[in-house]
Amino acid sequence: MCLAVPGKVITITGDIATVEMLGNITTADVSLLEDVRVGDYVMVHVGFAIQKYDEAEAKITLELLKDLAEAVENDGIR
Amino acid sequence: MAFVNFSDDTTARLLLDKIHTAARSLDQVRLMEVCGTHTMEIGKLGLRSLLPKNIALLSGPGCPVCVTPGSYIDAAADLALSYGARIVTYGDLMRVPGIHTSLDEAKSKGANIDIVTSPLIALDIAKAHADQQVVFLTVGFETTTPASAKAIVNAANERLQNLSFFVSHKIIPPALEILIADKQLGISGFLLPGHVSAIIGQMPYQFLADQGFPAAITGFEALDIFSGILFVTEMLRHKKAAIVNAYTRIAKPQGNQRAQEFVYQVFRVADVLWRGIGILPQSGLVTTDEYGFFDATKRFNIPHLDDTEMPEACKCGDVLKGRIRPVDCPLFGEACTPSSPVGPCMVSSEGSCAAYYKYGA
Repeated sequence: MCLAVPGKVITITGDIATVEMLGNITTADVSLLEDVRVGDYVMVHVGFAIQKYDEAEAKITLELLKDLAEAVENDGIR
Repeated sequence: MAFVNFSDDTTARLLLDKIHTAARSLDQVRLMEVCGTHTMEIGKLGLRSLLPKNIALLSGPGCPVCVTPGSYIDAAADLALSYGARIVTYGDLMRVPGIHTSLDEAKSKGANIDIVTSPLIALDIAKAHADQQVVFLTVGFETTTPASAKAIVNAANERLQNLSFFVSHKIIPPALEILIADKQLGISGFLLPGHVSAIIGQMPYQFLADQGFPAAITGFEALDIFSGILFVTEMLRHKKAAIVNAYTRIAKPQGNQRAQEFVYQVFRVADVLWRGIGILPQSGLVTTDEYGFFDATKRFNIPHLDDTEMPEACKCGDVLKGRIRPVDCPLFGEACTPSSPVGPCMVSSEGSCAAYYKYGA
């Protein structure tokens, strides 16, 4: 039940944004977020954007995980 | 900007190798996840068969529908059938057996029940049916509570007289406290729910680390889950206990404070009943007096829920606590299947039993 689907904010009018989610345009209430802007990526759960998606963090995490994974091979532990 | 893919096979395989390496110097490890979405993803990835033999993945009480009391279901059905209230609910609750009935059964007897995907739709329904009492079945964990709170604030702002909320919200950290206190379970560490953490942040889990249980806030793609397991396993190997955030792209250390402010504007923490487990101290939310007008339990004098009953022979309570695996229940796969479920763990698509049935042990 805690599934949240990522979407891109297209327009914002008051509390309600139109969001592109999985190729569909839908609406989401963005009043639980501060400073949400058109173009932001958000996680949508039961009709509400519950958190922003931080692309910079995503890239850092992925690089860290790849380094970590590579380190296994370099150690020769495999 | 775009979404970053966290399901790259090569990296996943290498992380899995590293889990195997880390596990070699460990005895039996029992990791618990407490999120239905994790339960499903772990099943989908076939992860249990890929992990080292000494790492067991347990599914805890991570399915809010499964821990919603049977008497709550009965009370909701009764609101519809006896009071003629119009019930608005998430679809997940429809087939869950109460003690005497289910919402599906109530609907077949003529109950007026709308299935929705957002609490905001309950407001629209109330406006469209001003002559009816509309009751929204307000269930879920911390991921969902801010949406419920905001819907109640909106209902108050719009002075909706005919809408109320039957609240059965639960919060996760108090359940974790009960689980670590149960030494029989022998839990080594936790994968913490990513979207619950997106709301509450990292601090509410600190007691786990303080009591020696390593844990990782974990996302839902393959690399998220593999790295969550790896981080906890590595901490166990180095005899360290900390809360690691492996889902920083969504879960910020402080969570979503604005969302939490809405929650505590509308709700307060209380002792509540978890189906199959019992009343856990300070483990749920009830409506504050300020928003008491919108509390369905007050409007309809719904009696206090105090049952822990499961359908006869159903072991869902033990499954929820991680005491047994779904396959250890005598009903599993025979008398109890997703198309003809006996208990809530098989009914909910996110229940542990449904996940085991769909993806195998």
